[in-house]
Amino acid sequence: MPTAGRCGAPPGPGIVVPVIEVHELTKRYGDKTAVDGLSFTVRPGVVTGFLGPNGAGKSTTMRMILGLDRPTSGTATVNGRRYAEHAAPLREAGALLDAKAVHTGRSAYHHLLAMAATTGVPRDRVDEVIHLVGLQDVARKRAGAFSLGMGQRLGIASALLADPRVLILDEPVNGLDPEGVLWIRNLMRDLASQGRTVFVSSHLMNEMAVTAEHLIVIGRGRLIADLPVSAFIEQAASNSVRVRSPRASELFQLISGADVSITNVEPGLFDVTGLTAEQIGDRAAAAGIPVHELTPQRPSLEQAFMELTRDSVEYHASTQNERAQAGAAQ
Amino acid sequence: MSTTTAATHATGGAPVTQFRVIRSEWIKLWSLRSTTVTLGVAVALLIGVGLIASSVIGNGDGRGPGGDDGPQNPVDISLAGLNLAQLALATLGVLFMASEYSTGMIRSSLAAVPKRLPVLWAKAAVFAAVAFAVGLVASAIAFTGGQAILGDAGASWSDPGVARAVVGTAVVLAGFGVLGIALGALLRSTPAAISTIVGAMFLLPGIAGLVLPDSWGDNVTRVLPPNAAEAFTDVTRNDGTLSPWAGLAVFTAYIAATTIAAAWRLKRTDA
Repeated sequence: MPTAGRCGAPPGPGIVVPVIEVHELTKRYGDKTAVDGLSFTVRPGVVTGFLGPNGAGKSTTMRMILGLDRPTSGTATVNGRRYAEHAAPLREAGALLDAKAVHTGRSAYHHLLAMAATTGVPRDRVDEVIHLVGLQDVARKRAGAFSLGMGQRLGIASALLADPRVLILDEPVNGLDPEGVLWIRNLMRDLASQGRTVFVSSHLMNEMAVTAEHLIVIGRGRLIADLPVSAFIEQAASNSVRVRSPRASELFQLISGADVSITNVEPGLFDVTGLTAEQIGDRAAAAGIPVHELTPQRPSLEQAFMELTRDSVEYHASTQNERAQAGAAQ
Repeated sequence: MSTTTAATHATGGAPVTQFRVIRSEWIKLWSLRSTTVTLGVAVALLIGVGLIASSVIGNGDGRGPGGDDGPQNPVDISLAGLNLAQLALATLGVLFMASEYSTGMIRSSLAAVPKRLPVLWAKAAVFAAVAFAVGLVASAIAFTGGQAILGDAGASWSDPGVARAVVGTAVVLAGFGVLGIALGALLRSTPAAISTIVGAMFLLPGIAGLVLPDSWGDNVTRVLPPNAAEAFTDVTRNDGTLSPWAGLAVFTAYIAATTIAAAWRLKRTDA
C-alpha cells in the first residue's frame, strides 16, 4: 500500500504531506499566456477536482506537472521533486492525459506491456490492470478500433499500471457511458480513500460536486478558487425567491423597496431578491393577496460555477451575438 | 537517486534504466504490423532485385542493367537492391518514431521516461540491431544467390572487398533506418520525414549534377548521403567517388548530425 512519504522520512501521524505542489507556474505560447502564475497544493486522501472552462489551462498545467511541457517559469513537483527527477516516475504518478496517447496500430495489451517494461512492472500486473478496467475481451485488439470510452479505460489502466501514489486524470469521464461514469467515480473515491492523491480535471461542475471533496478552480490560467466542495456549494446559495400570484402587480407594489429587486419572468411570475420567502409570504397574507407559488431559488452548481468563471471564459458564445449585433447596427 | 526509494512493492516496479527502455522499444517495434511487413518488403527487394539483376547480366552482355553507369562488378550487381531496400528501412525508421507523434503515443512514452533521451537512444539501438541482422541475412542470400546465377563470372566470399560489401550493405540499411528515426524525431511528421529521405536519396544527387558546374560538381555529389553510403559498399571504386572508409565516415556524420539535432529537439521542446 503506497502511502505518503516513501521518499525520505515518514511523516508523523496527522501530518498531511502535500504531494503535488505547483508554485507560480506560468506557460506562455508566444504572446498568449495559457497558465499565469498558478500556485496550489494537492493533498492525499481526497479527490481534488481541477475545474475550469475549456481553454482555462487545465491540461497545460497537468502536462507541466508531468514534465511534458516546459514551464515558462515556476515549478511543479510531485512527491517532493520534479516528476522527471524520480527514478521510477510511473510509480510516483500515473496519468490519463487524453485517451489518444496510444499508438492506434498497437493492441491495448502490448501498449501496456511496453509501458510496463520501462519501469520493470511485471507482466502479471498488466493482466491485472486490464481486468481492473474491464478491457479483457478487447485487450488484443488494435487500440485504434477502440471507442472513446474504451480508450479512456485503457488510459486509466496505463495510469494505474505501476500502482502510483498520485493519479492525474484529465477529463476521465469524457466519452464514458453512465455505467462507466459511475465506475470511474467510485474508482477515484477508492483510490483517494487508500491514501492516494487523486487530481482530476473537469469542465463540468456537477460531475465534480459528486466526485470531489476539494476544488481548485482556474480561469484563463489564473487561480480563481481553492476550497472544499462544501464551501463552494454554500457560496453558491443565493437569496432569490420565485413568486407566482394572480395579483402580481399589487404584490409587486407592496414589496418593492430600495434593497429589493424584482425581475418579471412571465405575466404573474417574478423573481425577487432582497427579501426572504417568509417576508414576502407574510406581507402578502397581511394584504390578503393570494400567492400560488413561493420558492426560494438555488442556482444550480453549474450556474454558480459559470458565475464564478464568467469573466475568465476563453470563448464566449455571446461574443459572437454581440459581434452580429454590432454588425447589424452598422 | 538511490535505488532504495524504488524498492519493490506489491506490484513490482523499478528505476527506469536504458536497458529497460530498450526492452520497451523492442516490444513497441514488434507489436506493430508495419514492422514485419516493411522488413519483409526490404528483404524481398534486396534479394529479388539482386537475383533479377544477376540473371539479366548472366544472360546478357555482361554490362549492368543501367548500361555503362550501372554496377559493373558481380558483387555490386547481386546487391543492386540496396537502393530500394534502404528506402524501405528509412521509411520504417521514420514510421517507428514519427507515428508516436501522429498518434499521441509520445505523451505516454515520455510520461514513462521523462528524461526523454533514453527513448531516442533505445529506438535507434533496437532499430539498428534489427535492421542490421535482417539486412545481413538478406545481403548474404542476395550475394550467394546472385553469384550462383552468374556462375563463372561470379565472385567468391574470399575475393577482396566482398565481405565489406556484404556486411556494409547491412550497415547501410541500419544506417538509413537510424537516419529515418532521427528525421522522424526532428520533424515529428511522417510525410515530412519521408519526403526528406526520398529527396536526399533520389533527388539531391540528380539536382546537384544538373545545377553545379562540372569542376566542383563531383566534389559535392560524392559526399551526398546515398553516394557516400554507396562508396562504402561498392567493391570497385568508381572515378569521383569517396574511398569506402571515407564514405562510411561521411555517411556516419550525416546520421550523427541528424541524431544530435533530433535529441536537441526532443529534449528542448514540448511533447
